[in-house]
Amino acid sequence: MIDFILQPWPWYVSGPAIAFVMLLLFYFGKTFGVSSNLETLCTIGGAGRFNSYFNSDWKSNAWNLTFIAGTIIGGFISYQWLSTNEVIALNTQTVQDLSDIGIQNAGQTYLPKEIFSINSILSFKGILILLLGGFLVGFGARYAGGCTSGHAIVGLSNLEKPSLIAVIGFFIGGLIMTWVLIPLIF
Amino acid sequence: MKYFKFLVIGVFFGIILSKAEVISWYRIYEMFKFQSFHMYGIIGSAVLIGILMVQLFKKGIIKDNKGIQIKIPPKKNAFKANLFGGIIFGLGWALVGACPGPMFILLGRGVLAIAIVIIGAVLGAFVYHNIKNKLPN
Repeated sequence: MIDFILQPWPWYVSGPAIAFVMLLLFYFGKTFGVSSNLETLCTIGGAGRFNSYFNSDWKSNAWNLTFIAGTIIGGFISYQWLSTNEVIALNTQTVQDLSDIGIQNAGQTYLPKEIFSINSILSFKGILILLLGGFLVGFGARYAGGCTSGHAIVGLSNLEKPSLIAVIGFFIGGLIMTWVLIPLIF
Repeated sequence: MKYFKFLVIGVFFGIILSKAEVISWYRIYEMFKFQSFHMYGIIGSAVLIGILMVQLFKKGIIKDNKGIQIKIPPKKNAFKANLFGGIIFGLGWALVGACPGPMFILLGRGVLAIAIVIIGAVLGAFVYHNIKNKLPN
């Protein structure tokens, strides 16, 4: 058992486990959706002074902030105790493609050092990439009305048309970034 | 302590996405390159089970902890907002390799750079609400 936990989990374990998380939240009367927390963080940060939209009562979303706090702890636990290494069994073609655009040693760790290392957060270009990427995610998720959890998991499970359109959008944007823009950026 | 259960569910979720490698930038890149089934298997199986689950909610076979039927709040039906917002989200997702959930999980794993991504995401949500009246809906 402990051996299994220490290994990377296959998709057929991970996918059903995510569905189980959604079920647990529904069981306790809540709907799974992470990106609304970004708005709650705006409210707590005092954004209500600039826009009355953020004057909402953030306490109604306190359960979701607690959930997010849990994910931070979960990340810490998995990093400290539930992994032997961070090697990812990537497709060798992916590793080659990344090497061609200047991202080396793909899959030896969870994240490319070209984007996430201390050096890159000390460079102007590095900060810009991180800030811009985050900005697009936050802006896009709230504009679309949800992110991967709210649209792709909950919305599609409920056979919602708006979610299908949003997920198609996720893929249009993702494909443009991956195939066209990333080779230009790096 | 009424929120404690949500903390526990969050811990569980953080561990799942870590062990599933969903929090890896490389897995997102690989997905958009169509070079692995991994991410499609995860999202696909979660949704497939989710669809079955929602049917059980509708038939009242699974109820919530108060014994009340589970109703899912419908998503806002706004074609342009869903599509354009989705595209903007996708651009960011592929660039930093993290959607909102994984951002916080990576923070817990001690990835300092992700704090900048989170600041960007909060700013993005803030700016959206200041200009949303000017955007196609």
